[in-house]
Amino acid sequence: MNPFEYTRAASRHEAATMAAGGATVIAGGTNLLDLMKLEVMTPERLVDISRLDMDDIETTADGGLRIGAMVRNSDLAAHEIVRSTYPVLSRALLAGASGQLRNKASTGGNLLQRTRCYYFYDTAMPCNKREPGSGCQAIGGATRLHAIFGASDHCIATHPSDMAVALQALDAKVEIENATGDIRTVELESFYRLPGNTPHIETELKPGDLITAVIIPPAKGSRQTYRKVRDRASYAFALVSVAGVIEMSDGKIAHASLAFGGVAHKPWRNAEIEQMLLGEAPSQDLFRRVADTLLRNAEAQGDNAFKIKLLHRTLCAVLTELTEG
Amino acid sequence: MTLHLKMDDRDDRYRLDDMVQGLVGTPTDRPEGKLKVSGKASYAMDVLPDDVCHGVLVRATITHGKLRDLDTEAVRALPGIRTVITGKRMLRNPAQGMAGKAPVQGSDDIAYFGQPVALVVADTLEQARHGALALRLTLEAKGDAVVNPHDPDASVEMPKKEQVLIGDLDEAMKKAAFSVDQHYTTPGHSSAAMEPHASVAHWHGDSVTLRGSYQMLAYNKAELADALGISEKNVRILAPYVGGGFGAKLGISPEAVAAALASKELGVPVAVSMTRQQVFETTMRRSETNQRIRLAADENGLLTGIGHEALVSNLPGEDFSEPVTQATPFLYRGENREIVHKIARIHRTCAGSVRAPGEAVGLTVLEIAMDELAEKAGIDPVELRKKNIPDQDPTDQIPFSSHALAEALDEGARRFGWDKRNPKPRSTRDGEWFVGMGMASAVRVNMLIESKARVTLSADGRAMIETDMTDIGTGTYAILGQIAGEMLGLPMEDVETRLGDTEFPPASGSGGSFGAASNGTAVLLGCEEIRRQLCKKLNCEDADMTLKGGYAIVGNKRIALRDVLDGDTLVGEGHVQPGKAEKKVRQATYGSYFAEVGVNSVTGETRLRRMLGVFAAGRILNAKTARSQCLGGMTFGIGMALTEELIHDRRDGHMVNHDFAEYHLPVNADVPQIEVVLLEERDEWANPLQAKGIGELGICGAAGSIVNAIYNACGVRVRQLPATLDKVIDGLDEAT
Ligand SMILES: Cc1cc2nc3c(=O)[nH]c(=O)nc-3n(C[C@H](O)[C@H](O)[C@H](O)COP(=O)(O)OP(=O)(O)OC[C@H]3O[C@@H](n4cnc5c(N)ncnc54)[C@H](O)[C@@H]3O)c2cc1C
Ligand code: SF4
Repeated sequence: MNPFEYTRAASRHEAATMAAGGATVIAGGTNLLDLMKLEVMTPERLVDISRLDMDDIETTADGGLRIGAMVRNSDLAAHEIVRSTYPVLSRALLAGASGQLRNKASTGGNLLQRTRCYYFYDTAMPCNKREPGSGCQAIGGATRLHAIFGASDHCIATHPSDMAVALQALDAKVEIENATGDIRTVELESFYRLPGNTPHIETELKPGDLITAVIIPPAKGSRQTYRKVRDRASYAFALVSVAGVIEMSDGKIAHASLAFGGVAHKPWRNAEIEQMLLGEAPSQDLFRRVADTLLRNAEAQGDNAFKIKLLHRTLCAVLTELTEG
Repeated sequence: MTLHLKMDDRDDRYRLDDMVQGLVGTPTDRPEGKLKVSGKASYAMDVLPDDVCHGVLVRATITHGKLRDLDTEAVRALPGIRTVITGKRMLRNPAQGMAGKAPVQGSDDIAYFGQPVALVVADTLEQARHGALALRLTLEAKGDAVVNPHDPDASVEMPKKEQVLIGDLDEAMKKAAFSVDQHYTTPGHSSAAMEPHASVAHWHGDSVTLRGSYQMLAYNKAELADALGISEKNVRILAPYVGGGFGAKLGISPEAVAAALASKELGVPVAVSMTRQQVFETTMRRSETNQRIRLAADENGLLTGIGHEALVSNLPGEDFSEPVTQATPFLYRGENREIVHKIARIHRTCAGSVRAPGEAVGLTVLEIAMDELAEKAGIDPVELRKKNIPDQDPTDQIPFSSHALAEALDEGARRFGWDKRNPKPRSTRDGEWFVGMGMASAVRVNMLIESKARVTLSADGRAMIETDMTDIGTGTYAILGQIAGEMLGLPMEDVETRLGDTEFPPASGSGGSFGAASNGTAVLLGCEEIRRQLCKKLNCEDADMTLKGGYAIVGNKRIALRDVLDGDTLVGEGHVQPGKAEKKVRQATYGSYFAEVGVNSVTGETRLRRMLGVFAAGRILNAKTARSQCLGGMTFGIGMALTEELIHDRRDGHMVNHDFAEYHLPVNADVPQIEVVLLEERDEWANPLQAKGIGELGICGAAGSIVNAIYNACGVRVRQLPATLDKVIDGLDEAT
């Protein structure tokens, strides 16, 4: 850990101003502190936002939900409305990390947690995400955790969050405040970026941008699930995961939103497959065609080739579960 | 006075059975348990002197080559940095178990990625850690580093004494009514003990005291002295509590020597604790194995031949090689036998002992092959094993000391409800899950290691045990106290056990499951010596003296021990050495496992549903701590079967998943209800306690029962451990 200055922000404005001046925001610290100990991240100044008044969950005028950036993962998962109306979110949260970590982890921090690529965590390894231009040692190496969608020659890492995958399926937006006090909202879909040739730039956030809340619109489907497939029964990142939100009407699929975790640099979504499902009666044949379409452009990186088949099967099972009965 | 015993023959005196205190065998709590659960037991880093400095090891970031230079100036300029230690005394890797001398030393020659080449010492841990990461090394890599055991360029050794050839296995395979010839692999494993390797060194003049986390202090003392170039007399090691070892702390490790060197230079105590990543990278790994099993059986399923070939790896110059085939020569019958053992010299983290070296992986694979044979021959897997239990060791042609495999198999099958298993794979479903059962035998060789202990019965009638033995979480404090209490007729609270200090008589140390039996025998002998002195005072024969509850009963007299002692303090030292007994008979512990798993028909994920282990290990000294050892062993087995795997980068051999996030130990959710049954047994060839080691038995073969259950559940035979879903998913297609 390199020496750093620590400030507890008294206001959002102060936090954003400090961040604009180069300070790094610390929320729960469950990811940042690990990275600092390994000197994967070496901030010289930390601004602590954990005491700021951003830990409310409120219903919005249109019947959606506004989740403060400092709402803890445990509290969000246990929230009455989340459990009843957005169960996909509750399940995704509870599938992540451990009880202790979820008590600490914040909504904003969870969105911005860094990849778990082994090589990113080891400062002896070239990594374009950690040190732009140094190369990507994961390519040709151990790639069990890596992407099958949207990777580039510069980075093949995945985004590890479970929560973000559920939020993606719920069409969430991120509320951002900057140092000048301007507030804007960005769709989660465009909030995250693919690695391209700048894998170190992961989101649309600019220096000084503070995530203040996540906003989710009213749920578009009542049939929801989050299915996470992993190497042990608990406390492991997703090999693949599927968040599904479905509405049925007269035996036909009236709404479908699907997001996928563990497979890309961001929670993955595919408009084409959602379109394919609309207005159709559920059938195994349909699901297989949908999964084929999703995986048409999937590209394996060696060790992770199994993810293609795994995601295919998992998607079919999720669609079956959500359209049955 | 010392009572000495060389174990040349059986000891059929059954001394413990003559005693009446009623401690040995009972599920006695650990006397130090309350300290542990309340955080008061002081592990290596828990009592730091006020003026302590902290050191952090620096790793080499090449696989093979030379350290040309270190930019120590730049690091010394950082805040708080006190010194940078490097040079010819730094350990390349830990000493192998019971080496008693330093391992390869010197930071100039680099043999694996992650080798510690320097120690940065600072006022605080954070400063030292930053300094260690900031230290720039000038390294010169040799281009030819072989990192994969299968690399055609790897130099491969075949030690003569490890190879066995009896009869003609090829011929037996040809003639066999049923046969199996398969290749299997197991990956590297890490002990991953909860307490990282840590040492606090402090010099007084020419003598160094090291408070560390170690398993075998008498050996560690010699290793540290040799590494530092000083006399053993000038080394004292303290390890009153050890937070797990599993083999990784058998020998002295790089942080201990570095701490001692730094403390000498600075004249203050220096504490060095490895980071979790360093524990993975620079302490012992279990070698990955490539194994081939050949089994030949006649039409009745009787084995006529067994072949077991193993390829393991280690660094150049290391004499340890995972003894994969250790139990194969004597577990099952068969006239034609072939054992082939090869070691590839490669540049990966040093390989050494990890809980149950040999059987943990070797038996697991043999038991998977036995399941394959049972399937082919159409014989129940339990039946197949029972049929093939030999009357004597078929390789060395010597009798077994005691042998409870058949009983363990029967008892396990009965308790588990094995008769409900449908031998046809994929015949039981629970929603999305295929459900299946599997089983395996357990076996582990038994050892006795030279050990000493001193027992003092003071005038107040309380006893004290002193030995440099360790308690690595296994329950040594409890069982030694029980043995002494039993022999001297004292309740547990009147026996104090002092361990983990090299000023005390040298013990076997904890390793190879031999600690309890070896050191327990030394304590028993020390107590026999005290009994002899008591008899003298009472003017009676030992057979006429009963000790119970602090009283001596002779004839119709009951006298308080305090009165017998009459102000005297009695001292008895016990000293046991292995002898001819281990050559006259084959000694081993046995058991059986039964497992039920669910395999997800969509994803191939396997989840263990329940598991049973039945074990026989001679006299059980403490039913509670013995059970805990078996539970822990079986949990290791779950990890081996389903999740644990050291991943090495195929290009530079570096350990990729060197932390708990990605080296997947089983977590609570992976460990369902496990039942342990301990069979009543006595082994008079083992030692005067008639007890055998139980610390490792529970891992030997355990993974095999789970992998066999996967086959029964879904029809997919996994031969590359661990059975992660990617190894299962392709075979599921036929199901849907
Ligand atoms: C062992 C382990 C296992 C885990 N397993 C899982 C898992 O299975 N699934 C899963 O989804 N997650 C898992 N996690 C990750 C965990 O969810 C994240 O660490 C956590 O959500 C991060 O939240 P935090 O508040 O602690 O973030 P911090 O560590 O405080 O911050 C993370 C990043 O976000 C930035 N940041 C935080 N808040 C804001 C804000 N409001 N505005 C702008 N920037 C901000 C910080 O600057 C930092 O870069 C695991 C973590 C660990 C350590
Ligand atoms: S995949 Fe991305 S994060 Fe991993 S090493 Fe390559 S550039 Fe770094």
